[in-house]
Amino acid sequence: MNAIVMMVLGLGAMFLGYVFYSKFIAEKIFKLDPNFRTPAHELEDGVDFVPTNKYVLWGHHFTSVAGAAPIIGPAIAVIWGWVPAFLWVIFGTIFFAGVHDAGAIWASNRNKAKSIGNLTGDVVGKRSQTLFMIVIFLVLLMVNAVFATAISGLLIKFSSSVVPVWGAIFVALIIGQIIFRKWMGLGAISIIGVLALYALIWAGPSFPIQLPETVMGISDNAQWVLILFGYAAIASLLPVWVLLQPRDYINGLQLFIGLILLYGATLLLGPEISAPAFNSNTPEGTPSMLPLLFVTIACGAISGFHGLVASGTTSKQLDKETDARFVGYFGAIGEGSLSLATIIAATAGFATLADWEAVYSSFGQGGVAAFVEGGANIISQGLGLDVGISETLLTVMAVLFAGTTMDTGLRLQRYIFQEWGNLYNINWMQKALPATLLAVGSCLLLAFGAGGADGTGGLVIWPLFGTTNQLLAGLTLLVITVMLVRLGRPMYYTLLPLIFLLIMTVFALIVQLKGFYDSGDWFLMGLDLVVLVAAIWIALEASAGLSKIRKEQKAQKQE
Amino acid sequence: MNIQSVRRWFSRASDLANEFYNAPYRSAIARAKRDEDDLFMLLVFSEMMGVPNPAAYYTLELQPLMLERFHEWHQRMGMEHSPLDHFRCC
Repeated sequence: MNAIVMMVLGLGAMFLGYVFYSKFIAEKIFKLDPNFRTPAHELEDGVDFVPTNKYVLWGHHFTSVAGAAPIIGPAIAVIWGWVPAFLWVIFGTIFFAGVHDAGAIWASNRNKAKSIGNLTGDVVGKRSQTLFMIVIFLVLLMVNAVFATAISGLLIKFSSSVVPVWGAIFVALIIGQIIFRKWMGLGAISIIGVLALYALIWAGPSFPIQLPETVMGISDNAQWVLILFGYAAIASLLPVWVLLQPRDYINGLQLFIGLILLYGATLLLGPEISAPAFNSNTPEGTPSMLPLLFVTIACGAISGFHGLVASGTTSKQLDKETDARFVGYFGAIGEGSLSLATIIAATAGFATLADWEAVYSSFGQGGVAAFVEGGANIISQGLGLDVGISETLLTVMAVLFAGTTMDTGLRLQRYIFQEWGNLYNINWMQKALPATLLAVGSCLLLAFGAGGADGTGGLVIWPLFGTTNQLLAGLTLLVITVMLVRLGRPMYYTLLPLIFLLIMTVFALIVQLKGFYDSGDWFLMGLDLVVLVAAIWIALEASAGLSKIRKEQKAQKQE
Repeated sequence: MNIQSVRRWFSRASDLANEFYNAPYRSAIARAKRDEDDLFMLLVFSEMMGVPNPAAYYTLELQPLMLERFHEWHQRMGMEHSPLDHFRCC
């Protein structure tokens, strides 16, 4: 099949989902009210609560939720063939992610813009709130380890990207100063910044940099992991305007340019999909598609991380309640389209089936590297760019995303440690530097503890990361469902996704548990058990909470 | 299309970019600024609270300018009313 057909079908379905399904959800289920006084107006303080233009808010929401995860997940999952990954991304986006993201904004908006964590405590119960904190900490821990591993693999495989990746940080530092000192307007700086970034990408293949294979017995992979955590620790301690703000801005622009390039090249080239629709010839050691597909692709189909962004910052800036549909649902579609582009790159970017099978030689192989290679083939043939430059371009895109998530994640983890220091009166833990070191230490422990001395532990835990992320989404869906039941509205539009997610995650956790037991990986088995307990706990809380409310409502009716 | 409409279009794009640049970090930066302001307020009023302040003579003149922000500050600092007998607030 031609990739253009997949692209049109996918984008078309998501568009119809926005036009019809999101309208139905917004008007009939959430009953968004344009006259509702949103917290951004009610509690306006110029700091957290600021009514914001819906397009700006969408841009902010979308770039915060889109990271490397919607690329890595689908790029791994196409090993089962392109149809399962395609269907899960498209239907996941329409019926799961969109409802979840818009619902999280709505739920938070109706409760003084509280975060989903606090809402869980209010709506479901105190026990669930504790559970929520544990799941968040696990997600952050895993995301940093996973991304450090993924980036180090990319930097070694595509050594031409080393110069532009680190150069981009200097570009961001300079831009930050120019803006801070008001030397130029943003319009001009945006153009200069993007040009500088692409000049670096263009120059990258001429200056490939490779680390020595071992330094003091540390492999090159492990060296990159250490360097990355060193960078992330420093970046998370700097004031945000110095590095994070300008870098996020350039990243956001880059995301749109990258998406346009990939879809544009696909349209111009019209490549045939070389990967099988359903892969009956999966390499040895590939786990069964059911349930693993549904946790391998988390972001891009549904992701709990979105609920954190939606209820943490987005809901505080919502100008009108009806904007929740555009910002939340369309934000999910933006992420779905990034995943769709990944599927196209990783399945249609290879000339023959044999080429494709060579890349996907075992489970966990391929991944981002397949996205970069396949996407580079499409871009270079469709737009006539050099293959080396195209590869560098896509590597830089993936690495910068993962890097952004890493230092944001580390910053959030630091806050959690500082909060614990505050809670238990441990003075040294309340300071920024020791708390950051603790956060970095725990991530390094996971990256090296799970996969041995070369720091490849990250990718082993990718499915586990997906599972935890789905659990988080499950908690958010639970909050929304309980709110809907209390209001006497139909609950199946959020309850069915919740049940589906819980079944798939528990199923996947048990499958993985057996895998870790067979390979004698006690560390990961322990982690898996913790997540499994959390998952079952959520299922119990959900059924207990819902049946309690139903009983109350029945009792009221009888009276 | 004349030069003015191009200029107007460019300035609109620049405004949107500005919002897009600032919105995500508005709260983090505003909070950092507020922390510095809180420290400054403490310096201004330290003498009255019994903390010797070498710069008191100079900061005294600033007090009329601080009046409006004084209220928000003492509330954030965990004092329901003005902590100063001779400097009432609410």
